[in-house]
Amino acid sequence: MSSSTAQFLTKARSRITKLSPNPLIVALCLIAGLLVVGEFLSPGFASLPQILRLLVVASILGIVAAGQNLVILGGREGIDLSVGGIVSLSAIIAGNVMSGADIGILPAIIACLAIGGFIGFLNGVGVTFLGIPPLVMTLGMLGVLQGLLVVVRQGIPSGLAAPALSSFVASPLLFGVPGIIWLWLMIGLFMALLLHRTVLGYRIYAIGANENAARMAGVPVRAVRISLFMMSGMFSAIAGMCILGYSGSSFANVGDQYMLASIIAVVLGGTPLAGGKGGYTGTMTGAVLLVVLQSILTTLNIDEAGRQIAFGGTLLLLMVFYGRGQSLRI
Amino acid sequence: MDATLTSRGNWQSILGRYPFVPALIILIMLLVFNGMAEPNSLSFRSVNGLFKTYMALMFLAVAQTLVVSAADVDLSLGAILSLVNVTVVTTIGVFGDGPLAIVAACLVGVFVGFLCGLLNGFVVAGLNLQPIVATFATGVLFTGIALWVLPVAGMPVPSAYWRLYGGSVLGIPFIYYILAGLGLAIFLISRTTLMVKILAVGDDQQGAFQSGLPVTRIRISAYAYCGVFSAFAALCITGDTASGDPLVGNAMTLYSIAAVVLGGTALSGGKASLLGASIGALTIGLINSLVFFVGTPSEWQNLVQGMSILVALMLGIFVSRRVEQ
Repeated sequence: MSSSTAQFLTKARSRITKLSPNPLIVALCLIAGLLVVGEFLSPGFASLPQILRLLVVASILGIVAAGQNLVILGGREGIDLSVGGIVSLSAIIAGNVMSGADIGILPAIIACLAIGGFIGFLNGVGVTFLGIPPLVMTLGMLGVLQGLLVVVRQGIPSGLAAPALSSFVASPLLFGVPGIIWLWLMIGLFMALLLHRTVLGYRIYAIGANENAARMAGVPVRAVRISLFMMSGMFSAIAGMCILGYSGSSFANVGDQYMLASIIAVVLGGTPLAGGKGGYTGTMTGAVLLVVLQSILTTLNIDEAGRQIAFGGTLLLLMVFYGRGQSLRI
Repeated sequence: MDATLTSRGNWQSILGRYPFVPALIILIMLLVFNGMAEPNSLSFRSVNGLFKTYMALMFLAVAQTLVVSAADVDLSLGAILSLVNVTVVTTIGVFGDGPLAIVAACLVGVFVGFLCGLLNGFVVAGLNLQPIVATFATGVLFTGIALWVLPVAGMPVPSAYWRLYGGSVLGIPFIYYILAGLGLAIFLISRTTLMVKILAVGDDQQGAFQSGLPVTRIRISAYAYCGVFSAFAALCITGDTASGDPLVGNAMTLYSIAAVVLGGTALSGGKASLLGASIGALTIGLINSLVFFVGTPSEWQNLVQGMSILVALMLGIFVSRRVEQ
């Protein structure tokens, strides 16, 4: 093969990658498409109140996925499997601290953030100082948290959401939009500023793209990575409180479903699991896409088996569109 | 100074050849602790019981090791286990409960496991999707199919099946024949060229590709073998629980990863011990029984188990990293 052909091929390939769809736009188109399909299947699916209801559910997933997103961006096979455990634990602790009284909300927030941050800190220390792979460290932590949940709960459902928290999550706050959606938008803004306007943000991308280069450039790699796990723990704690507000009381293992869903939301949003690339805007659309998809499957009048088969199949299809790894042929 | 260097070198070569040594040491320590806490726990009967309960996890750990060796991971193998479990139970229901029908049903189950593994290999290696999310999605798919085959738990298997699994043949408990079979399989697989190729792919995928190895095909075969071993695990679970349950395996996926890591296999691929993985599975079993035997209050048991497994994971990785440096 002559060098000019080779050059042509490289150029053609780079043009193709440029043409390959932006995950954000793909996700938005898919969401719109799913809403149309949903409206067609069951009229009222795409009505404003229904969309707001979907967004409330999506915002809880999205908040968990914010932390997951940060850990994944930090690279070195970063992943946090303990988020589900933190969500459940935080829901129970918040419910017990506030036990139905508005005055308990602030102490509950402080307690949950402290516990979530502490668990994240332990994850981060295990990953950085002891050199445990994140998958193993957070998997082990998940086991500990599940045990802790049994101890805290003592076999009986306990804790009650404060009325103010419930109305914040469920009823309209501003322009008819529930407070939790505003909270999610604020978190989206916070993430955008953090990732693109602060030193820490640039350092996160730096250690995710090339840890050694970042270390030589003077980035305190360990401190940054520990802070990522801590933020993940705190976001999960916030999500746990939102679930408490959403359901009124905390029941067993509410957080379990968020462990892999948060990872899927990040991947559907265009952040590869290898880290160093991507951002939170995509993850937000990924979370909405996931929730809309699940909601359509619930609307369809099929049994649990059919729903799971359709969900798994659709996830695979979506991933074929994007979220693929690098080809071996360069 | 010199002496410490050589002793470290010795350890290094031992760990290099036998990555399962830390797991074996932890296992022996646990056995001693178990014996101290409850002498009866080391009786022939209790050891049989331990193997009976954790044989499925041993097979799953070996299955997981096969894909982890290629630097992949399989989050669907618990779902494969469930699917094979309900397939076998339902097929026996269709064929009748003669011995021939049971054997045929087991073969069908293994074939289903193989097909699931093949699908995993196709989506991960063929379509180039990220293993964690892709196998999660196939796992949802398999769970759906398992629910379609058997919507609710509880269909019993014929007594011949579980009597054989829990009983004895020629005076030796049947479980030891299975154990011997697993040992033989580990011995043989470790010596195949396929295993060497899987490890080469796990060590450096790009390098393996450039030296002419059919990387995609190798990864697909690793997943296919993983599916087959998950099916074997399902046959053990079916013997242990004596019934079909479409959700029986879901919780076991994460335990299988813990067992693999305890066994000295690196999640980054290229370094694996099939024997270590099965030792790791037993380690989890012994931790659980030790927590029970030292008289932990029931509501604290899960917490103590979780913390012990975390400490064992950290210890194993920390020690092998120290030795390697």
